[in-house]
Amino acid sequence: MVTPVALNLPLSDSDVSGLKAGDIVTLSGRLVTGRDRIHKYLAERPRKEEVPFDLSGTVLYHCGPVVENADGGFRAVAAGPTTSMRVEMYEAIVIREYGLRGIMGKGGMGEGTRRALKEYGCVYLHTIGGAAVYLAARIRKAVGVWKLEEFGPTEAMWLFEVEGFPAIVTMDSHGNDLHREVEEASFRRFSELIKKM
Amino acid sequence: MLKLRDGIVELYKKVATSLPPDVEEALRSALPAEEEGSAAASSLSVMLENVRMARETAKPLCQDTGVPVFFVKVPMGLSQLDMKETILDATRIATAKIPLRPNAVDVVTEKNSGDNTGAGFPIIYMEETRGGTLSIDLMLKGGGCENAGQLYKLPLEELCAQRDLDGVRRCVLDAVQRAQGRGCPPYIIGVGIGASKDQVTRLAKDQLMRKLNDANANSDLAALEKRTLTEINGLGIGPQGLGGRITALGVKIGANHRHPASYFVDVSVGCWAHRRGRLIW
Repeated sequence: MVTPVALNLPLSDSDVSGLKAGDIVTLSGRLVTGRDRIHKYLAERPRKEEVPFDLSGTVLYHCGPVVENADGGFRAVAAGPTTSMRVEMYEAIVIREYGLRGIMGKGGMGEGTRRALKEYGCVYLHTIGGAAVYLAARIRKAVGVWKLEEFGPTEAMWLFEVEGFPAIVTMDSHGNDLHREVEEASFRRFSELIKKM
Repeated sequence: MLKLRDGIVELYKKVATSLPPDVEEALRSALPAEEEGSAAASSLSVMLENVRMARETAKPLCQDTGVPVFFVKVPMGLSQLDMKETILDATRIATAKIPLRPNAVDVVTEKNSGDNTGAGFPIIYMEETRGGTLSIDLMLKGGGCENAGQLYKLPLEELCAQRDLDGVRRCVLDAVQRAQGRGCPPYIIGVGIGASKDQVTRLAKDQLMRKLNDANANSDLAALEKRTLTEINGLGIGPQGLGGRITALGVKIGANHRHPASYFVDVSVGCWAHRRGRLIW
């Protein structure tokens, strides 16, 4: 097995530029979650000072966790990724306005995000969809939460402290994209299979 | 009904926190098919480890505990209205107790109901049965894979899909090609064919309740299920869409009679975390 690249959050420019599509990594430190509603909110009215957490250099994880109350706070009990493509129309703006160095989710993203990764120095990380208990075990604690009342626990922004959280770089800051490679290869096979009768 | 309610809460718990044995076995058998050390093989290993952890800790194996879909066979004489109330009560209790993620969102106000109940939520299909046995099937259908489904109206020139079983095959391949890794492969594919849109989408969901080793009683459909599965796995999308040999674990096809003018095909995509179970009462 390949030894993963151990990354500490927040990420630096050189962390990001050193990562290549295909690298296996682990994340340690603080990251935030955000899915459909957070993206819409952040992109529509970008005001950095309104977000109670420092997003610059960190990773935004596409995740709507199952949380339970624990010791006066919250604990994530199941926290796998959600499909990233749904927030494609917002992501480039969010990366630009909030200075993120990593986007994490599942399934990859589109052309707009790919360009933004290159332009602003950011990577896309894929982590394993459906492996929610396995991944929640790498979240040490929920440090904070924003928009809980308004958006509910699924759509809120959680600040998580993670340790050894596993992911794979699938879109790097140099324009490489594993999802696109797989899709192009499968499209060639698909085209063979549906050739005229 | 109180005992039944608690039985349904237990059904929720079993379905949310474990995989059916046939699906787990299929994932296990997929592992040696993938190259050692590949992203496909390590993804499968993590999935299996996650299944074990979820079962042992009784936590939801995926954070998206989905839209609950009930298929209920109600014996004659048992009230379907009472049945529905009992399912709603059980849903509220299960959401708080397991816990499930609250997923029911009001389309107008955007408020989450907080307890997985709401307009048309959960989805409950009921039919009367002559036997004396109440049978409740539950599927927790995740949003990611539900979004990957497609509805087709044949003929469809862009796929060279005519109004025949080969046309159906082309639709299934197209749906998987479009889904790529976004709905959490390896997939389980349910297909419904028939005369109207509403009916084929339901029929496709029914197919997702069949066990993976369930052979289609119709030999032509059985052959089509087998062929499309092989062809899907030839696409190379792989577990998690990162490339590999196993993109689907099964294809199940159901067909109703159609109208001479109509030929609808619905392809419903189930993720690898294909959570379904049955309560017999």
